Amino acid sequence: MSTDKKVQELKKRRQEVQLGGGEQAIQKQVAMGKLTARERIIKLLDEGSFNEYDMFVEHEARDFGMDQKKLHGDGVITGTGTIGGRPVCIYAQDFTVAGGSLGFMHARKITKIMDHSLKMRMPLIGINDSGGARIQEGVNSLAGYGEIFFRNTLASGVIPQISVILGPCAGGAVYSPALTDFVFVVDNISKMFITGPEVIKTVLGEDISMEELGGARVHSETTGNAHFFSESEDECFDQIKALLNYLPWSNTDSPARKKVLEPLKEFNISEIVPSEKRQPYDVRYIIRAVTDGSDFFEIQEHWAANIVIGFGTMNGRTVGFVANQPLVLAGVLDVDSSDKAGRFIRYCDAFNIPIITFVDLPGYLPGVDQEHAGVIRHGAKVLYAYSEATVPKITVILRKAYGGGYIAMNSRHLRADFVFAWPDAEVAVMGPEGAANIIFRKEIATAEDPDQVRAQKVKEYIEKFANPYVAAAKGYIDSVIEPRETRKSLLHALEVSGEKSVGMPMKKHGIPPF
Amino acid sequence: MSNKDKSLNKSQAEPAKESLEIGGVGYTTRLTEKFRQRKYWERPDEKRIESFIPGTVQSIMVKEGQEVQAGTPLLILEAMKMRNEVLAPLGGVIRKIYVSEGEMVPKSHLLLELG
Repeated sequence: MSTDKKVQELKKRRQEVQLGGGEQAIQKQVAMGKLTARERIIKLLDEGSFNEYDMFVEHEARDFGMDQKKLHGDGVITGTGTIGGRPVCIYAQDFTVAGGSLGFMHARKITKIMDHSLKMRMPLIGINDSGGARIQEGVNSLAGYGEIFFRNTLASGVIPQISVILGPCAGGAVYSPALTDFVFVVDNISKMFITGPEVIKTVLGEDISMEELGGARVHSETTGNAHFFSESEDECFDQIKALLNYLPWSNTDSPARKKVLEPLKEFNISEIVPSEKRQPYDVRYIIRAVTDGSDFFEIQEHWAANIVIGFGTMNGRTVGFVANQPLVLAGVLDVDSSDKAGRFIRYCDAFNIPIITFVDLPGYLPGVDQEHAGVIRHGAKVLYAYSEATVPKITVILRKAYGGGYIAMNSRHLRADFVFAWPDAEVAVMGPEGAANIIFRKEIATAEDPDQVRAQKVKEYIEKFANPYVAAAKGYIDSVIEPRETRKSLLHALEVSGEKSVGMPMKKHGIPPF
Repeated sequence: MSNKDKSLNKSQAEPAKESLEIGGVGYTTRLTEKFRQRKYWERPDEKRIESFIPGTVQSIMVKEGQEVQAGTPLLILEAMKMRNEVLAPLGGVIRKIYVSEGEMVPKSHLLLELG
């Protein structure tokens, strides 16, 4: 039967393509400690769920001997599958085929699957492992990048977009991950930079390795470009699956409802925060003390750790948490922490995820470097993001809430829906020490014993202002609660804001300070 | 999940024992590497002429002891294939020249000093 013969031919063609760049190239990939593109997709998706698209696509390049070269799949594997039974679109660049370089057809395969993910309202996962533009294809290659960036932007805030960096991602290519929601990196494998070490050395004389310039640790700790760090590809895939558990499939969808659990007993909320405000604690324990099953999935854990962001579950539903972290840099707001919080707040708002904010901060970080790095502009992102967000917004003031920091951290004035405060909370323009020095400057300066008078005035100020009741008297705080009432109060607040509806003035879009 | 376990272990392993002063209060906390490495600001000394970019000193147009006026070309610093003329920011006497022609210098390297 001729059909049999044709089926045999199809099988043969498939086998050829599935070999990617061939045995030798695969061995090289393995020697670099990397999985192949196909292995990655299969590991990440539910077993047997992968449907490949455009397997037989071929490039049309003619110059520089390209017409003699056959590149399987044109260096990228695309398709659909499921994760946790829910559909996703995925693409993985195949480094074994011409170094995963991006040519015109390679890009067209990617943009096709991107269009599909937006049209069908499902998440897009892009696995990056590419030497960059396919130089032989010239401006067609650049056009490909541009088409990808444009689609990343269109899909932003509509479907979740995840970038996984499992190899080099250099030059213009870095801007697709940068435009997506979450970037995953793996130690010793991920490398991202605009300009590589060689050029930097030639031009500026700076001698730096790829790893030091744009390795996984650098992007997790220093630049904030990456959101999740792991030590192996397998761990990275587990992280992606865990993240997807919290996300809705689009901006009109809701995250899957989970079983409601009580927080674990080991997180006793009444014993976490020292009442001596100089003393630190780990605010993540507070989050775990209120969430279902003490569940908390932290984002950008290693960067700007003075603010904590991440997802948790309350009453079976996903909630976004933003919390000052007294354990690191006393929990101040600064350039990086403002940037981190601002973007996350906008993420939650775009995907209808309620936001709970825990406040305990001494203010903004002083310093010339901060001022010159634009802490005004970056700090404004937090104000903008909270003000603009229309999802339920709930605040708990744990201890200190001073000055501009108090306003920025989802205060009533930025239209928080509920503001709770613990009895230890201090809501004031500044801490008692600073305030007393200003208000009673003359009295302190002219006193016989200035230190004694200062101490006395600080004490007076503490008695008068260092409590939640001044703000509560104005209605800026809705309710002063005992620490052990926190989960109950939060659950109630979430319950009554389920149908929240607020209007915003008609506009094309705002001009956030980014 | 490994993600959350790691973060908790880390916080237990590294107690906060440094101090950060904000608003007259010293808070016990943990400082970050980035914070420790922040650049300490100093008022620039206009009399000390430093390289604004790494490059090669192609030629020196002045001598020690020579009087110059603001705007006098001092030397050519070649970098990124560009010949950058370094001008005197203010008038004075060349006190000392720290580099020689053909020398490669990193960024912020002291080139010469005005008296």
